[in-house]
Amino acid sequence: MLKSRLSLTAVIAGATLVSAVAAQAGDISGAGATFPYPIYSDWAKTYKDKTGTGLNYQAIGSGGGIKQIEARTVTFGASDKPLGGDELKANTLVQFPTVMGGIVPVVNIDGIKPGELVLDGETLAKIYEGKITKWNDPAIAKLNEGVKLPDAAIAVVHRSDGSGTTFNYTYYLASVDQGWKDDIGVSTAVEWPVGLGAKGNQGVAANVGQTKNSIGYVEYAYALQNKMTYTDMINKDGKRVAPKADAFAAAAANADWSSQPGFGVILANQPGAGTWPMTAATFILMHSDAKDGAASAEALKFFDWAYANGGEAAAKLDYIPMPASVVAQIKAEWTQIKGKDGASVWAMNN
Amino acid sequence: MSVVTEFETGPRATNPVARSDRVFGTLTFAAAVVVLLTLLGVFVSLAMGAWPAFQKFGIGFLYTAKWNPVTDKFGALAPLYGTVVTSVIAMLIAVPVGLGIAIFLTETCPRILRRPLGIAIELLAGIPSIIYGIWGLFVFAPFMQSVVQPALIDTLGQVPLIGTLFSGAPYGIGMLTAGLILAMMVLPFIASLARDIFLTVPDMLRESAYGLGMTRWEVNRHIVIPHVRTALVGGIMLSLGRALGETMAVTFVIGNAHRISASILQPGTTISAAIANEFTEATTPLYTASLIALGLVLFILTFIVLAAAQYMLRRMKQKSGV
Repeated sequence: MLKSRLSLTAVIAGATLVSAVAAQAGDISGAGATFPYPIYSDWAKTYKDKTGTGLNYQAIGSGGGIKQIEARTVTFGASDKPLGGDELKANTLVQFPTVMGGIVPVVNIDGIKPGELVLDGETLAKIYEGKITKWNDPAIAKLNEGVKLPDAAIAVVHRSDGSGTTFNYTYYLASVDQGWKDDIGVSTAVEWPVGLGAKGNQGVAANVGQTKNSIGYVEYAYALQNKMTYTDMINKDGKRVAPKADAFAAAAANADWSSQPGFGVILANQPGAGTWPMTAATFILMHSDAKDGAASAEALKFFDWAYANGGEAAAKLDYIPMPASVVAQIKAEWTQIKGKDGASVWAMNN
Repeated sequence: MSVVTEFETGPRATNPVARSDRVFGTLTFAAAVVVLLTLLGVFVSLAMGAWPAFQKFGIGFLYTAKWNPVTDKFGALAPLYGTVVTSVIAMLIAVPVGLGIAIFLTETCPRILRRPLGIAIELLAGIPSIIYGIWGLFVFAPFMQSVVQPALIDTLGQVPLIGTLFSGAPYGIGMLTAGLILAMMVLPFIASLARDIFLTVPDMLRESAYGLGMTRWEVNRHIVIPHVRTALVGGIMLSLGRALGETMAVTFVIGNAHRISASILQPGTTISAAIANEFTEATTPLYTASLIALGLVLFILTFIVLAAAQYMLRRMKQKSGV
């Protein structure tokens, strides 16, 4: 009896106090998106070997990351959903992108290999709306001539927690399907008409892996690491593309990063023959009036190192590093991050 | 407390022994008060956190099935429904099996097996719930999808009336799977509670009944179970309280979908699973308040069940004079 009550309070208390777990002295503390977690942990390992400074990154999700940075319990927050100019200003936050990546549909159908199946945005939206319920539906069959599709119900898997991946995914579905835009909308969590929910990219990967005839969406690195069956997509130009680094990079090539405050550009459904339609950047949030200027300086040093040396590691995990021109703009933005004394912590570093 | 009062007013109030007793009494009383204050504090903070949700949605929060973070409309019905349905499934399975185990252990089990079996059941109770969850997702759910659910859909699913309960596609995970995992988790509690309760039946009653020529079935059916009925119901409700609040194992296998489906093979969600899944990512204040309101609903539900359980257990103790 006591246990059930305790576990309830523990969940509530635990959720708000995640950050109370003190980071090791000298470590950079950050929390947020799960989407870039594989690359951040890879960078952190190398960076620690080089400099001795570790990174304590809690992959608790974008919404959690935003809450934590607004509450000033971490040095940086990470979010896949860019904040708008007003929200950045209201919370005295500086926002910048670190890497880009792709979101891929993953399926579990007997006999179907990675990249064998192809879907377009509208079909994907209809599957997630519950309007296409069988794998041998004419809409899917038309796109996949010659592929043997089972006469089985589609088990739809989505995220059960709020997530930046979901934000970018629903943003894409809404941009290709009017019904989705009107009835369901775009957010880090939506009211899913069908399917089952799983927590985190790992949860979706595990559920798709365990459920026959299922479909889910995960960040590309998770699909690779779990050796999942991803599908190809038909992009805005009507061309079939495979989820690969160059297809993600193509989506970013024409993006005008300075058009939005805090580089808040969403890369879904971009034009271009080789463009992967579900590409997304992931963002870092830091206070412009840092409580602990020295900690902010350490965090900026880490990201500076990552922009300069992390490209290869990012490419290995199929993330796309930011172009050099954007990095220069980002570093200009960093001068806004000031310590208690009002001096720019980034300028102090150099 | 009455003992302490006697010392305070009695002639030996200045006696050092009496004083140490008084200090000891006060300390234990304070310890008890801490628990009550914590309980009250949890209730008050839940009520305060939930207030914006109740202010916005009113009592309709309890019977609305909508859960839409995009439009900021929330209702507790779907998780409430999932909580009750999974717990009912768990109890329907765990109660008969648990009582069976208890009767076997106290009546018919060879003496040499009693201890090992008893220990095995208690070990089962010690497995952390996350282990049940992982096992449920990676082992049990695929088995359900490939074997159990297709069989249910082809047989019970075709029967009129109850057929809708077993209709739809086999996902593997869903409310039935969650209920079965919960049944496994509460089974050891029911079994060991029931065994302890059965052991309180005086041997004289049993021996007299056997002496009159009753069979084992008759002794258990007409003597043992009626004698401890109230306590059994209390014990079962204690287990129900555990099933209602179970979080991690359920989250893994229920499918976490805010929907009410007639079929128990379909995904659903429970109150605790919804909170665990969504709390860190609740983006608007109303979203957070609604999740806390869900917590308050579960708190009250569990409180009622456990209060009823305690009441029944106490009545039993008074009756048997233990």
